[in-house]
Amino acid sequence: MTKPNYDALNVGDAIPSFTTEPVSRLTLALYATGSGDHHPLHLDQDYVRSKGIPDVFAHGMLGMGYLGRLLTQWVPQAAIRSFGVRFTAITQVGERLVCTGKVVEKLEQAGERCVRLELTCANEQGEAKHKADAVVALA
Amino acid sequence: MLIDKKHIGMKVPPHSVTPTAWQLKWFAKATGETNPIYFDEAAAAQAGLPGVLVPPTFFFCMDMDKDHPFDYLETMGCDLGKMLHGEQSFVYHKPVHSGEKLDFDGVITDIYDKKNGALQFVVKDVKVLRQGELVCDVHSVMVIRA
Repeated sequence: MTKPNYDALNVGDAIPSFTTEPVSRLTLALYATGSGDHHPLHLDQDYVRSKGIPDVFAHGMLGMGYLGRLLTQWVPQAAIRSFGVRFTAITQVGERLVCTGKVVEKLEQAGERCVRLELTCANEQGEAKHKADAVVALA
Repeated sequence: MLIDKKHIGMKVPPHSVTPTAWQLKWFAKATGETNPIYFDEAAAAQAGLPGVLVPPTFFFCMDMDKDHPFDYLETMGCDLGKMLHGEQSFVYHKPVHSGEKLDFDGVITDIYDKKNGALQFVVKDVKVLRQGELVCDVHSVMVIRA
């Protein structure tokens, strides 16, 4: 992995993005196993219908997991200083998630040169599911 | 009914978790992770790591890895059926790997409401320690709808 360089980066620069496969019921089952979150809202069609909800929907933290992968595909994980997300919309089965990020600030934090990134996980229509930010230390 | 603010400062019952390569393999599969240091013990060892690398958001999963992950909201009398995850953030101090026992030590740091109580927010801050050393801060905001 070529590590991004602080001096070469400018505010507004995008980091490499990706679009996920459609989130399927299998994805949610896999995430339930991986995360340990087996809440029936994400897995059990009969349960959600009994609650008046038409279909199961994705775990919010699945989307944050995708954004985490966006970061670790860009820098080694040890460079990530902080990472936070606000959940703004629910992800439905069948949606592909477009994960993007850009540099919004260059800063010095605790004696390290860092960049602040704004990250978004949105569907293909542009509806943001999660808005996140991260601070990454760069040489 | 508004949550009593006397719960600000309440300690969350502590718990410990040792992440396993088995579970991290499924987490990697679910999130589409293809870098083997996140799911293959041999690849992690080859990269000089003591175990499979725990990915950035898995600290939340481990924080929830207990019989009653929302015990603190139950103590406050909240209806868990009306709960939403509002915000989640992490501050990272040290990398963590499969096989390393971690202690989760949490406290309720804020309770507030918006829209005349239609939305209530419970803020929890958890310190994740490995043999007493701080490895991660986990900050969670849960929203309770009226």
